[in-house]
Amino acid sequence: MKLSGGDLLLRALKEEGVKFIFGYPGGAALHIYDSIFKQKACDHILVRHEQGATHAADGYSRATGKPGVALVTSGPGATNAITGLATAYMDSIPLIVISGQVQSHLIGTDSFQETDMIGISRPIVKHSFIVQNTQDIPRIIQEAFHIATTGRPGPVVIDIPKDKTDPSKLYEYKKPKEVSLRSYQPRVSPHPGQIKKACKNILSAERPVIYAGGGVILGNAHKELMALNKLLKAPVTNTLMGLGVYPAKDRYFMGMLGMHGTYQANMAMHNADVIIAIGARFDDRITNTPSLFAPNARIIHIDVDPASISKIINADIPIVGQVKESLNALIKEIKRSKIKIDTEALESWNQQIAQWREKHGLDHELYLKKNKSQMILPQVVVQELYHATNGNAWVTSDVGQHQMFVAQYYHFNKPRRWVNSGGLGTMGFGLPAAMGVKLAFPKDEVVCVTGEGSIQMCIQELSTCLQYNLPIKIININNEALGMVRQWQDMNYGGRHSASTYSDSLPDFVKLAESYGHVGMKVTKKADLKKTLDKAFSMKDRLVFVDVYVDPDEHVYPMLVAPNGSMKDMWIKKNIKA
Amino acid sequence: MKRIISILIENKPGALARVVGLFHQRGYNIETLNVGPVFDGTYSRMTVTTRGSENDVEQITKQINKIIDVIKVSDLTEGEHHEYEFIMVKFKHSEKIQKILKKLNGKIHEKHKHAIVMSAWGTSSDIEIAIKTIGKANLFEIVRSGSIGLHEGEKVLKI
Ligand SMILES: Cc1ncc(C[n+]2csc(CCOP(=O)(O)OP(=O)(O)O)c2C)c(N)n1
Ligand SMILES: [Mg+2]
Repeated sequence: MKLSGGDLLLRALKEEGVKFIFGYPGGAALHIYDSIFKQKACDHILVRHEQGATHAADGYSRATGKPGVALVTSGPGATNAITGLATAYMDSIPLIVISGQVQSHLIGTDSFQETDMIGISRPIVKHSFIVQNTQDIPRIIQEAFHIATTGRPGPVVIDIPKDKTDPSKLYEYKKPKEVSLRSYQPRVSPHPGQIKKACKNILSAERPVIYAGGGVILGNAHKELMALNKLLKAPVTNTLMGLGVYPAKDRYFMGMLGMHGTYQANMAMHNADVIIAIGARFDDRITNTPSLFAPNARIIHIDVDPASISKIINADIPIVGQVKESLNALIKEIKRSKIKIDTEALESWNQQIAQWREKHGLDHELYLKKNKSQMILPQVVVQELYHATNGNAWVTSDVGQHQMFVAQYYHFNKPRRWVNSGGLGTMGFGLPAAMGVKLAFPKDEVVCVTGEGSIQMCIQELSTCLQYNLPIKIININNEALGMVRQWQDMNYGGRHSASTYSDSLPDFVKLAESYGHVGMKVTKKADLKKTLDKAFSMKDRLVFVDVYVDPDEHVYPMLVAPNGSMKDMWIKKNIKA
Repeated sequence: MKRIISILIENKPGALARVVGLFHQRGYNIETLNVGPVFDGTYSRMTVTTRGSENDVEQITKQINKIIDVIKVSDLTEGEHHEYEFIMVKFKHSEKIQKILKKLNGKIHEKHKHAIVMSAWGTSSDIEIAIKTIGKANLFEIVRSGSIGLHEGEKVLKI
C-alpha cells in the first residue's frame, strides 16, 4: 500500500516504538496532524506551548531512556522549540523534534511562518535533517533515532516542508534493514592498554575518588558502577546530572559535588590522589578554577565522547568508550590484577571523609529540629517530601535554590529518578518534564519541585495535565523571590535585590490551580507542612499544587568560593568560609 | 601557530555550514577555507587554516569529528605535508607586480588596455610575502583560493 508523507512519518515513528508525540499544530504541520488523526499507535499530547512539548518529550526520554518526540509547526512553533532543544543538547538527551516547514518552493522567500529551523538549531543539535524527498522519510526517521541514541546521545531535528506530506502524493514505505552511515561510527571500545594503566593507578591509590556523572545514567551502567565499587570501596560522588546512579544510601556515597556540593565531596576531590571520572565532563560548576583543581590527583577519565576528555582538565589516563563496556573491562582487569589495594590507607581516607562529613556535612534531620519559629525552611520541605514519598518518587525540578535543595536533601537511590536541567539550567523545565515522566510511568508518584519563579515559565501546562489526567504533585517552594538570583545579590552585590523580588504581585497559586481544574493547597506554618503533604499525596488521581511559603532569607550552602577559588574553598554558612 | 586542518565530509546541504559554524561556536577563527566535491561527488574535501595551540587544535579537530557528516579530520601541520595556495590578481600595468607573480609560477590570463589578470601559486607563506610586497599601488583586486594540502607519503584521508 502506498502512503502519503504524513502516513510514512507516523508508520516510521511507530516502528521506532514511539508511544507519545508531544506537539502543537499549525499550518505547515497540518498534513501530519491529519495522519495522526488516522492512526492509533502514537498518542498525541497537545501541550499549551511548544517549549512544553520539548521539555515533556525530554522528561519522557530521561525517565525511560527512549527518545522523546516533539512535533511543532514552522516559524513560531519551531522557534518556541529552541529552548527545549538547547536543554536536551546540554544534557545529552535523545530528543527528536519534528518541525513543519513551509512548502519547498517558498523556502527562502520570507514566506508566512518561514524560519530557517535547520540554521537556528544548528549549534544545539547533534544532527538535523531536512526532508527533500518524501520517500526518504522512513530512512531519515530511522537515522535520526539511531543518531539521537548512540554514542553521546543528543537531540535531532527533522524539518519537513509541507509539500513533502501532501496527502495526494503517495509512496511505497521503504527503508534499509539497518542504519549504515559511512560518516558515523559511534561504537568505540576502550583501549586495553589504557584499562591496564587505569587499573594499576586505581589499585595503588591511597586516596581515590569516583566521580560519576550523567553519562553513567545515559549509558545504563549503574550496576557496573556498583560492581566496581564493591571491589574498590572508594568514596563516590555524583554530579547534579548523575544523582541516583550510585545509591545515596550507600555508605561510600558522599553526595553531590561542585558549586553546591557537599563539603566532604568537594574536599575529597581536592585532596584525592586518583580521580576516576566516569561519564562526567568537568563542568565549570564542578571544577571551580581549573588551574587549582585537584592539585595532587592523577585523572582517569572514561567517556564515550573523546571531545569531553582533556577539554577542561587534562586526563592522565583517557579512556574513550561506552561506559558500560569500559567499566566491565576495568572490573575484569582489577579482578585479574595482583596489585593489592592498600586497605589501611583506604580506611584512613574513608575516615577522613567521615570526619569532613561530621564537621560540615549537610544536616539531614533538620525536619526533626524543634524551634519556636513557624517559618518553614526550604530544606525541610524537601526532607518532608522525601519521607512523604518514601524516597520513591520521580522528582523533576526547575532551576534555582529549590533545585539545589532537592539535589542535596532528596536521597536518590535509583538512576533516572531525578530529572532536571543541569547543563542549560532552564527555568520552566520542571512541570512539562513531569508530564513526560508521568505518561511513561502512570502508576508511580511524580513530583515537580519548583519555585514560584520557575513554575510561571510553563504554568500553562496545568491545562495539559487536566486534559490528559496527569495527577502530578507540584511542590512550589515559594520564597517570593528569584531566590538564587537574590542569593548572589546578597553575597556579591551588597544585598541590592535588583529585579529579583515580586512578593506584591504573585498570583494566588491555590486559586490558579483550581481555575485549571486541579487542587491547590497553601502552607505557611511548619506545623501544617507534613499533614498537608500527606493529604496531597493521598489524592492519588488529582494534580495537587502545594504552595509552601518558606523563609526567603535562606541560602544554599555549601557554595564554592569564586572567582579564583579551588574545590576546597567553600562558603559553609552565611559569612563562614571553610 | 598556524594550523592546516583537512576534512573529508559528506557533500550534503548544510554540511559546510556545520563545520564553519562550529569554529565560531567554539571560539576559533577561520583564516582560509577551501572546499570542493571529490571522488564520485558525494564527498567534499575541505581545508581550513586557523591559529591555535596544540590543545586548541586537538579540541577543534575532536569537535569537528563529532559532526555527523564528517568522515575524517586531520591536522596536516602535525606532520610533514604539502601545502599550496592559488591566487588571481588584477592590476594596472606594472612591471613590479608581474615580476613578483612570475616568481610564483605566475601566468598571464588577460592583457587588457587598463588591466592585467594573472594567476600564481605557491606555499601560503610565499603567497603572504608576495601580497605584502605587491602592496596597494596599481592593484585592483586579488583573490585567494585558501590553502589546500595533503599529508606527505602514504598517509591519506579516506573512509
Ligand atoms: C529561563 C531562565 N531565565 C533565567 C534564569 C536565571 N535564574 C536562575 S535561578 C533563577 C531564579 C529562580 O527563581 P525560582 O524559580 O523562584 O527559584 P528559587 O531560586 O527562588 O528557588 C533565575 C532567574 C534561568 N536559569 N532560566
Ligand atoms: Mg523563588
